Amino acid sequence: MRKMRMNQAIATALADEMRSNPDVVMFGEDIAVAEGPFKTSAGLLKEFGPSRVRDTPISEMGFLGAAVGAASTGLRPVVEIMFIEFIGVALDQLVTEAAKFHYLSRGTVSVPLTVRGSIGAGLGFGCQHSQTLESWMYSTPGIKLAVASGAHNAYGLLRAAIRDDNPVVFLEPRARYAKREPVPTGEDAIIPLGRAATVREGSDVTLVALGAMVPAALQAAEEAPWSAEVIDLQTLVPYDKETLARSVSKTGRLVTVEENPLTGGWGGEITSFVTSELFGDLQAPPVRIACPDIHVPYGRELEQRYLPGPDYIAQQVGSLLDTGTRPAHWWETREVVA
Amino acid sequence: MSGADASLDRRLRLQSGPAGRYEAMFEIRAFEDRVQAMFFEGTVHGTTHTCQGQEAVSVGIAAAARPTDTVTCTYRGHGHALALGMPPVTVLAEIMGRRAGSVGGVGGSMHLCDTSVGLLPTFAIVGAGIPVAAGAALTAQVRGTDDAAIAIFGDGATNIGAFHEGLNLAAIWKLPAVFVCENNQYGEYSAIHLTTPIENIADRAASYGIPGHVVDGQDVDVVASAVGEALERARAGGGPTLLEMKTYRYAGHSRADTAPYRPEGEFDRWYERDPINTYRSRLIEEGEVTAEEAGEIEARVARRVADAEATASADDPATVDDMFRHIYAP
Ligand SMILES: Cc1ncc(C[n+]2csc(CCOP(=O)(O)OP(=O)(O)O)c2C)c(N)n1
Ligand SMILES: [Mg+2]
Repeated sequence: MRKMRMNQAIATALADEMRSNPDVVMFGEDIAVAEGPFKTSAGLLKEFGPSRVRDTPISEMGFLGAAVGAASTGLRPVVEIMFIEFIGVALDQLVTEAAKFHYLSRGTVSVPLTVRGSIGAGLGFGCQHSQTLESWMYSTPGIKLAVASGAHNAYGLLRAAIRDDNPVVFLEPRARYAKREPVPTGEDAIIPLGRAATVREGSDVTLVALGAMVPAALQAAEEAPWSAEVIDLQTLVPYDKETLARSVSKTGRLVTVEENPLTGGWGGEITSFVTSELFGDLQAPPVRIACPDIHVPYGRELEQRYLPGPDYIAQQVGSLLDTGTRPAHWWETREVVA
Repeated sequence: MSGADASLDRRLRLQSGPAGRYEAMFEIRAFEDRVQAMFFEGTVHGTTHTCQGQEAVSVGIAAAARPTDTVTCTYRGHGHALALGMPPVTVLAEIMGRRAGSVGGVGGSMHLCDTSVGLLPTFAIVGAGIPVAAGAALTAQVRGTDDAAIAIFGDGATNIGAFHEGLNLAAIWKLPAVFVCENNQYGEYSAIHLTTPIENIADRAASYGIPGHVVDGQDVDVVASAVGEALERARAGGGPTLLEMKTYRYAGHSRADTAPYRPEGEFDRWYERDPINTYRSRLIEEGEVTAEEAGEIEARVARRVADAEATASADDPATVDDMFRHIYAP
């Protein structure tokens, strides 16, 4: 199996889909000639030419809207939103137009559109370039939402996203672009949307994570004295209820690990599902590990404090297992210094 | 002197004449060169967008505007912040994530702010500051003051909806706003002519029925008078103006960019009209300053930037408690 960085895995997935289907086109800011600010489209312009691989002006509403139009009339566009925050200026086209076309056409129009965006903190980009923002999108019916956790699944998930006949938002943790991992490629490596991956088996507790929190949760689990099952959700909409339920009924404990402000984070939905459906199987209250309800700070140390890291995850889970009660979030016990 | 007084004081000194303008431009260059070096040395992390080559635009705007005017600008904002009056230590400390920074070190290079000289938090989203400036102009109009608002943005930003919506709104409401496009010839890595079908961005003013002028952004005095005239018109109720400053960005788009897309010889052609070198020669020629005095200014600036670095480096980093402040107004 070839080792690749996540940005290479993404470029490879794009190339493979473009080879297999001439309707796949790509556009975004500086993605063609410059091959993408994160080098996620290396080699594509050269192989597929300027008709299928296009640089756009700085105009997210314009090019995302154009992708909606192209998708509804026969093409299968992939657009790049360099930092997911920039979708703010184009959100209408996604949540109010694309998401509703199938419904409003009695099923005669579909929008096979993929919106790729980079997400997350950890690189010192400040509060307007460090958010994950799944919460802006995961409660809009009609859109699917997948999040890669590294090179190993970015390839397979992205190919599935492009093949899907619905608008799919595909999120890529920026902090993982440069990380090299073995990557399965080819048709067999395509990961169906809606399927979670159990990345580690265990018996005491189920850790459910997404994106960059998957490696953090895994590391916590690997170094801990208890036995954790770690689930990489991979697709948030629709999420894999079966895998979740099977795991929690086995372990009796649920912990979500989220890179987003606690309030409104996806973990609330997962927790609600598990609590309602598996109440009798639970041996402890579900616990959410997330970020405080503040902006992503600048500065390496503060950013690391803001993000749930392996040590913190281990400590929270350990406390849950010891006491059977919800451990306090780190900011709840902080002594405030004026 | 409090932080706010220091900024105001610096601003007023800038308006003292050509030597002040020279000093302000030279300070920006020295500051940006140092910031760029610090990123490569690893003293600071994250990203930064420097503005070497565009100093005349920053200083010309600041020389023409009042401290009570509101200014919105972008992530490429160190030069504007310094010219408007923010002390180098305040800007550098922010870039370094220190508590003495303009927002206490939790914002970083792209997020500067100093309301004592009218600078709203700088915008890291392309185009976002343009309608916001229209809104600041609305405040002046509704309250009946004769203040104005200035939006500073790039050439690439004129392709985003916010530019068009902001200008149209300002035009129909006759808002006291000046829209200053810094045409440094590039978006991130794309030359502006690849993403924009017209030669002069100033022509876009015609769509909104407002004046649009192409301005030599390499000449601080020309910039100052163009902005001054547009401000006067705005304050008198004449409505907004679009000014296109033709200028050039010497560094790459951001820290990591070495600008491989630049055609051979382009940099050299622009450097011949370097805003600082040409102004220096002219001032000496016209007897405004002697070569010796210019040298003294340069030495003074070098000391100031070095002092700023020493002070900022010795300052405490922003704390965990600082992360939790100012999420909501009390
Ligand atoms: C809405 C939005 N889209 C894209 C970006 C990424 N981006 C940051 S700066 C930049 C180029 C801006 O070019 P220009 O407006 O000419 O300003 P300059 O950087 O040259 O000063 C881009 C595309 C962004 N910050 N916001
Ligand atoms: Mg530009």
